[in-house]
Amino acid sequence: MPWSRNDMAARAARELQDGFYVNLGIGIPTLVANYIPAGITVTLQSENGMLGIGPFPYAGEEDADLINAGKQTISELPWSAYFDSAASFAMIRGGKIDLTVLGAMEVAENGDIANWMIPGKMIKGMGGAMDLVAGVKKIIVVMEHCAKDGSPKFIPACTQPLTGRNVVDMVITDLALFQRADHSAPFRLVECAPGVTADEIRAKTTAHFVE
Amino acid sequence: MANKIYPNVTAALDGLLFDGMLIASGGFGLCGVPERLIETIQASGVKGLTIASNNAGIDNEGLGKLLRSRQVKKMISSYVGENKEFERQYLAGELEVEFTPQGTLAERMRAGGAGIPGFYTKTGVGTLVAEGKPTMVFDGEEYVLERGIVADLAIVKGWKADATGNVIFRKTARNFNVPAAQCGKACVVEVEEVVPTGTLDPDAIHLPGVYVQRIVVGAPYDKKIEFRTVRERETA
Repeated sequence: MPWSRNDMAARAARELQDGFYVNLGIGIPTLVANYIPAGITVTLQSENGMLGIGPFPYAGEEDADLINAGKQTISELPWSAYFDSAASFAMIRGGKIDLTVLGAMEVAENGDIANWMIPGKMIKGMGGAMDLVAGVKKIIVVMEHCAKDGSPKFIPACTQPLTGRNVVDMVITDLALFQRADHSAPFRLVECAPGVTADEIRAKTTAHFVE
Repeated sequence: MANKIYPNVTAALDGLLFDGMLIASGGFGLCGVPERLIETIQASGVKGLTIASNNAGIDNEGLGKLLRSRQVKKMISSYVGENKEFERQYLAGELEVEFTPQGTLAERMRAGGAGIPGFYTKTGVGTLVAEGKPTMVFDGEEYVLERGIVADLAIVKGWKADATGNVIFRKTARNFNVPAAQCGKACVVEVEEVVPTGTLDPDAIHLPGVYVQRIVVGAPYDKKIEFRTVRERETA
């Protein structure tokens, strides 16, 4: 049985370590915050200028001056800190953030990622994605294994415009988890979702990986 | 000490606007956006603007107002979703967009204001963003040269200011307001409240008055929330 969106988020959350500073993208990555393992404290960064994102506010306590990068209302924690956008991306670009979890349209076997534009469609922009993949220490991509038309998303080379070149460390899909030791190593199939076989993964993946 | 307080937004922008100018704006989404100054720029009828701002507002909110009135020629932004009029003008070829990664945009403003005309970053290397730009290898890693931005005018939304131009911001409404302010040849800040000089803690000033030429009170504000998300209260 494939992993659900929540399963994928929970699996990504197992990569968190106590004391980590973490940036979570929009969509499935946001769900990772619901699965932070017990006994571990992580500080979530919001690229619009906050460390220490708290939970959604109680109804009636929403504050228009307190939002996350997805423009949702949030709350603060006793150890939260605010700063401007230049400082926010200085800590991202400067390698101070330990881990980021992002969605993607395509990941290539060499670690390239494409997640910001589809040629011919309206371009909304890359936001902070290019800065995050360039600067954060560990990049985890969470995405469906195949696109809606059934075509693989973990492929030999990206066909869509890149967000970053040779940056991805781990890929978690609804079927499997791939990881590589460093940016010159090939991805390795590390885990399969329950009931999913390596044969099925091989059939649905065009990227080269080792087992 | 000069008094930088202006009596109203029209006076605060008087003599600073001209066709074809480059304006840097603070704000992220609808948070910390200089609404009153944008409305005043719209009313002035100034045209052919290039605007450096992380976002372009949403339909008829924030910079969306200047898009609707066709006063914008070009946007320098990182994310422009949630805006149908923007999409229409962009697809019709009426509006030019220079997509810039969010951190690169913030640093381009900061650098421009800090007297740094260009800087190398690894953000965007190997992507469309780096096309046509010089690259350099430092310590075995490739970086792309990005230009600092110096704007003719910076428009900023602050929380509190004193008459000398010291400004503080509130929570995540600080965002691009500080780098935008820094890169302006002139900087006008609208605030919720002007407080007596000496009441802001000198150790807690977010934007020192040296960057600010004019201050105007924009209150009252009806602050908009783009996505209202809440949690249920646990019952005891």
